[in-house]
Amino acid sequence: MSGELKKEQVLKIIKSKGKEKEQLLAILLEIQQASGQNYVDKKWARLVADELGLPLTKVYDALTFYAMFSTEPRGKYIIEICQSAPCHVMNKAALVQMFEKQLGIKMGETTPDGLFTLQYSACFGACDLAPAVKIGEKVYGKLTAQKVAEIIANYRGVSVCPK
Amino acid sequence: MQKTGKAAKKVTVSIDGRPVTVPEGTTILEAARQAGVKIPTLCHHTDLKPRATCRLCVVEVKGQRRFQTACNTPVADGSEILTNSKAIREARKTILELLLADHPQDCLKCVRNQNCELQKLANEYQIREVAFERSEKDLPLENTNPSIVRDMNKCVKCGRCVEVCQEVQQVAAINTANRSVDFGVSTAYGESLADSPCVYCGQCIAVCPVGALTEKDDTARVWEALDNPELHVVVQTAPAVRVALGEEFGWAPGTISTGKMVAALRRLGFAKVFDTNFTADLTIIEEGNELLQRIKEGGVLPMITSCSPGWINYIEKFYPELLPHVSTCKSPQQMFGALAKTYYPEKAGIPAEKIFVVSIMPCTAKKYECTRPEMQSSGYQDVDVVLTTRELARMIKQAGIDVEALSEEEYDAPLGISTGAAVIFGASGGVMEAALRTVYEVVTGQELKDVDFKEVRGLTGIKEATVDLAGTKVKIAVANGLANAKVLLEKIKAGQCAYHFIEIMCCPGGCIGGGGQPLGTTVAIKEKRLEATYDIDRGLKLRKSHENPAVKTLYEEFLEKPLGHKSHELLHTVYSKRKY
Ligand code: SF4
Ligand code: SF4
Ligand code: FES
Ligand code: FES
Repeated sequence: MSGELKKEQVLKIIKSKGKEKEQLLAILLEIQQASGQNYVDKKWARLVADELGLPLTKVYDALTFYAMFSTEPRGKYIIEICQSAPCHVMNKAALVQMFEKQLGIKMGETTPDGLFTLQYSACFGACDLAPAVKIGEKVYGKLTAQKVAEIIANYRGVSVCPK
Repeated sequence: MQKTGKAAKKVTVSIDGRPVTVPEGTTILEAARQAGVKIPTLCHHTDLKPRATCRLCVVEVKGQRRFQTACNTPVADGSEILTNSKAIREARKTILELLLADHPQDCLKCVRNQNCELQKLANEYQIREVAFERSEKDLPLENTNPSIVRDMNKCVKCGRCVEVCQEVQQVAAINTANRSVDFGVSTAYGESLADSPCVYCGQCIAVCPVGALTEKDDTARVWEALDNPELHVVVQTAPAVRVALGEEFGWAPGTISTGKMVAALRRLGFAKVFDTNFTADLTIIEEGNELLQRIKEGGVLPMITSCSPGWINYIEKFYPELLPHVSTCKSPQQMFGALAKTYYPEKAGIPAEKIFVVSIMPCTAKKYECTRPEMQSSGYQDVDVVLTTRELARMIKQAGIDVEALSEEEYDAPLGISTGAAVIFGASGGVMEAALRTVYEVVTGQELKDVDFKEVRGLTGIKEATVDLAGTKVKIAVANGLANAKVLLEKIKAGQCAYHFIEIMCCPGGCIGGGGQPLGTTVAIKEKRLEATYDIDRGLKLRKSHENPAVKTLYEEFLEKPLGHKSHELLHTVYSKRKY
């Protein structure tokens, strides 16, 4: 399940960060980005642990502590719906429904084509757009079912025809 | 924690209005204790570094807006501390209610019933109702390995097990993981302990305040065997059990309960009550000769002891390249098993297939050890079931045996005959001392007058000494606890290790501090168990393994000679690298 990542690639990432324990988070993030499935496989976590001289459980603690990491395969695009109070009261539930319907999956799941994962997140400071949603670094707000469909189609398109 | 310099400065503080003077650096918890106030704690353990996660020990310190956690806050000179104000009582109650809100409410069915720190606190604080919404988890029970059962639904997230596994043992099989409501203790990627680096030492069980971590209970299998009229059920007891079992019956730590334990085992229905000490003496003969052979023939040195199964698991998983250093001797428990199904049946005229061997051990790793495929040299599984000290106590209580009222009884011959050298196997340094007593006499041909090798005794993590054997200086080292073992192993790897012989015990303090011993073990209690151990040794006429008459007979009748053909077949083994 470790995607196309190769051991040499992972070793290269570790080396590029000077094999430093202090660089653990940066190393893991780069591995996650390179994984194609937006997660850090156990195999690579162990390699990082061995290379940095850390117990695997310490690496796992970091991976499960920070929200940005996943230890299970996720879609290429993570759709994060804010579940903090301001978005919650602005009918976050309806937004969730729109995405679930459009993608045909439930919150926490990944589309079969491996493109999208739906998940909740804490406030990312877009309360003025509430209910807000974040895909990668981009933030969207005040969405309608039609806009949701457009956004999804856009991401699909981008990944179908390479730029 | 309150490690203070030689001439520590004293500070005076007021605890609930009463002045108390303590060395600078003393925690509020400790200062209060000296003032006669027991502040409630949950995550804190006297032998471990405080993590201060539960906040149950909060107190008010005048002038500070926020409550302070007593377990990790040192007292400041002149401060006024309130441990029992209304606000504090309420805060503690709320913390307990929150804990109980997501704790299973099945205390009646829990092994820790009446021996649970959370239950005790809930009772002290008279929690009768929980105002918070119940938020119980439904996590799977892990009971797929022979030693340790984990029920994370009961975990109160104190972190004691993590501290032990990460710092004291440095195995790091478990750690904190996840955040907010999902925060808890986990292996990496939620793998089973069997797939993790876990060595089954059970030190995590020994510190867990609740029923989240327990030994795999095998008492039912022993009852079944005892009830089976076809079976001849024999039992062996490890050296460290006799100095700890009494705690389970409320006796003072350090009470020697050998005679009563033997009597109780007979009442339980064991056909013969034998002693692992017998094969501890045998181990010394085999291992002592192995050491001399290695020294004489230029074998791999330092040689390292092999009695502790947690230690064997550790080296197989972490330092397989150093395995040639480990003595090929099986542990005394496994030597016993092999003989109980070969030598003993011959002698007693009972077919081996009818013999069922039970061990009473201070250890959870022994449960795993007896299931190893290498441990079947009799043609059967040599040891059928291992019970911990705690499980034996459970059986005695279930049987309604009033140990207090029992008269002391003796072990059965011949596998119950032993010397003082064997009983000290239960203490860190004991195997080394026992070996030296024998090796000295074998090498020098002279009688060893003073058999006490005090340098290798005690709870210190690493002990070193040089012994003069008729002109040959033998350098030895003793380590207990795996973090200490690691220090010596790294030295060996770096080639900076001039030792000839090293003793390693997995558990801090040796078997007396084993993961299967009565709960509530602390350094102070271990000291008592140690004292009792050396008291037994001192009181015995025979204190050297090679003087054991039953071992001599065993060689004459059966084994022929140390390191001989039969010995190799039954008493020695090989180790292998293990992946995790
Ligand atoms: S048994 Fe020992 S090694 Fe295994 S998890 Fe517990 S403390 Fe760690
Ligand atoms: S398993 Fe036990 S020792 Fe470990 S954190 Fe949970 S309650 Fe504490
Ligand atoms: S006992 Fe002090 S914070 Fe838990
Ligand atoms: S009685 Fe408290 S965890 Fe079982």
